[in-house]
Amino acid sequence: MTTIEKQKHDTQPHTFGNRLRNILLSQEGILLLITIVSVLFLATRSAEFLTPENLLKQGRFVTEIGLIAIPMTYIIITGGIDLSVGSILGLTAIVLGWTWQELGFPLPLAIVTGIIAGTIAGFVNGFFIVKVKVPPLIMTLATLALYRGLAEGISEAKSARGYPEWFFQLGQGEFLGIPTQLWLLIISVIIFGIILARTQLGRALYAIGNNETGARFSGLTVDRYLMFIYTFSGFMSGLAGYIFVSRVSTTRSDMGTGIELDVIAAVVVGGTSIFGGTGSIAGTMIGVVLIQLLKNGLSLTSVTSDAQIIVIGCVLIFAILVNNFIQSRRQIA
Amino acid sequence: MRKAFALTLILGLLVAMMSIPAGAQDDRWDGADDLDTNPLACGMDDMMEEEMDEDEEEMEEGDDEEMMEAMEYDGGMVAMGDDMESMAGMDIVLVDVPKLVGIGYFAATTQGQQEAAEELGNVTVTTDAPTEANIDDQIQVIDSYITQGVNGILFAANDPVAISPVLRSALEQGIHVVGYDANSEPDAREWFVNQAEFNGIGKAMIDSLVDQMGEDASFGIVTSTFTTPNQARWIAEMWAYASECYPDLEWLETLEAQEDAVLSFQQAQTLINKYGEDLDGILAMTSVATPNSADAVQQADLCADIAVVGLATPNDMKPYVNEGCVRDVVLWNPVDLGYAAVYVMRAVIDGEFAPGDTSVMAGRLGELQVVNGSEVLLGAPFIFNADNIEDFDF
Repeated sequence: MTTIEKQKHDTQPHTFGNRLRNILLSQEGILLLITIVSVLFLATRSAEFLTPENLLKQGRFVTEIGLIAIPMTYIIITGGIDLSVGSILGLTAIVLGWTWQELGFPLPLAIVTGIIAGTIAGFVNGFFIVKVKVPPLIMTLATLALYRGLAEGISEAKSARGYPEWFFQLGQGEFLGIPTQLWLLIISVIIFGIILARTQLGRALYAIGNNETGARFSGLTVDRYLMFIYTFSGFMSGLAGYIFVSRVSTTRSDMGTGIELDVIAAVVVGGTSIFGGTGSIAGTMIGVVLIQLLKNGLSLTSVTSDAQIIVIGCVLIFAILVNNFIQSRRQIA
Repeated sequence: MRKAFALTLILGLLVAMMSIPAGAQDDRWDGADDLDTNPLACGMDDMMEEEMDEDEEEMEEGDDEEMMEAMEYDGGMVAMGDDMESMAGMDIVLVDVPKLVGIGYFAATTQGQQEAAEELGNVTVTTDAPTEANIDDQIQVIDSYITQGVNGILFAANDPVAISPVLRSALEQGIHVVGYDANSEPDAREWFVNQAEFNGIGKAMIDSLVDQMGEDASFGIVTSTFTTPNQARWIAEMWAYASECYPDLEWLETLEAQEDAVLSFQQAQTLINKYGEDLDGILAMTSVATPNSADAVQQADLCADIAVVGLATPNDMKPYVNEGCVRDVVLWNPVDLGYAAVYVMRAVIDGEFAPGDTSVMAGRLGELQVVNGSEVLLGAPFIFNADNIEDFDF
């Protein structure tokens, strides 16, 4: 729940009906409703869609996007953006494969090195945004190209393959009947969702997004928070890179191309304002799930990929419009 | 003292051993992969004559592949549960997942598949693929068709390793899998229709260059990216054939152009400007790089000085071939490729084509040979030139 809603919430009498109404009419509530309607509709069109196996498999596909969407939500709440996440994913994958295959690192060390490389890449973004005051859009647009170029240069565009069996456990294995990486996503969502909603860090991010100057004058260490979230974004993109390599069993320098758009779409559909100040992890996750299930459900009902993009685009615009309409009505009321 | 000497000697030998293969790899042209090569015999047998007489040509191909044919079937096996009925002779539904949709090349393979489906009468083929050549999107498309349930999957892989797990899971669920154009790992599919062997293309490209510009020509390469599997393989085979047969050829540089029209044009221009008089030829490795390299050469008014040899579809190349700026366009016939893939799939499902067979009947294409264990060879590369290019429309 956002700060604005919280204030509204506090001014109203604490009856059960009011509380329910607040939850249902919140950004997340409406998005959830749209998701449920879409899922039910798709389920009537394809018998294979709403089965546990299919849904779990979709969970496997969506983990990388979900993991990166967490820091992306943080960043967009502060009014920033990170376009370089896909390139960081690719860079991590290449560093992992290259240190293992070419430099002969033991694989666990190579994994750690890869994720550290991703984290450093995120830190560099944060450093220039905070210290040199490069606007986030420009900075991460530059590193979108830079990190991808580094990945291609380091790998000499060769791919690393032939990983041992244990390496695939994370990306292709299962734990207690659920894809291994999905556990990681669920745990991250809970932890970082609570951090955003219930801690000082979370409140600071909303404050920065609503009024950065005001936040500075209130004594918030804005620079430190910003530096942290971009570094965190690099770390999560790195983690996603490791999972991606483990899932597809090869490293290529073009991995993760375009994933930044999927992530940003999920975050924005999930109710995070691109101007900063509002948003939640729950909303983002509903956005991630909505987009993936639409994609999957449509292809199961034999809508070809090119037509899918059109349908998904329309549903996303519809979701944002409906939400904007209802939220503005609530403001007036 | 003696011990120290012996130790140094052993160490020295070890270092030498390690550096030899590494050194050999360094000689390769940029953009070549580091897999083993298998160059064909030297010499320019008259390619056109070979093309005319298909039967004779196929026999020759068979001779070349004698060692390969001895290889055992290394493809995967489809799971046959008790509850699964044989689909022999029955109507089947196939899905075709090329690398991407919306480009002329895969439109041509789709056309061939539809022709085959129409001839056979009991096959339905739908083509569906991502609009960009993205490994992850392709995996998800295939996965959803597995969930949906089809009788067979035809694919052209964006990445040979990444696509394999999802194809294996198709085989496990009793879905037949046949690849064409770009392979997966052998055990992840049953058969792969090989449009032309890499060494055949490598030889045809180099032969055409040498025939036009002499045995000491200098040339640059415009490729897609250094990792694209087909292009990397062709470059490796061109390198192997050239270093064996025409050691005086001088390779200048390989440039990446991502199958992007503007970039291909610019990269060809880069080669022209950078090497000037020294540049005798451009070898273009993709269907986008070839027409755009030809365009760059034509605009620089250097048609007589620089030979562009490349892989491309005839429609794109007609202007340059008809105006005499480009002599040879090397390719196979993608319509035939798609056509053959459907016939192979039908034969597999009907039980007429099984591991151990050495050939398969493919409609109007006649009998196709099995090579490399589990690959079906479409034939020798096809050379489009001013004499025949107008006969083709794709």
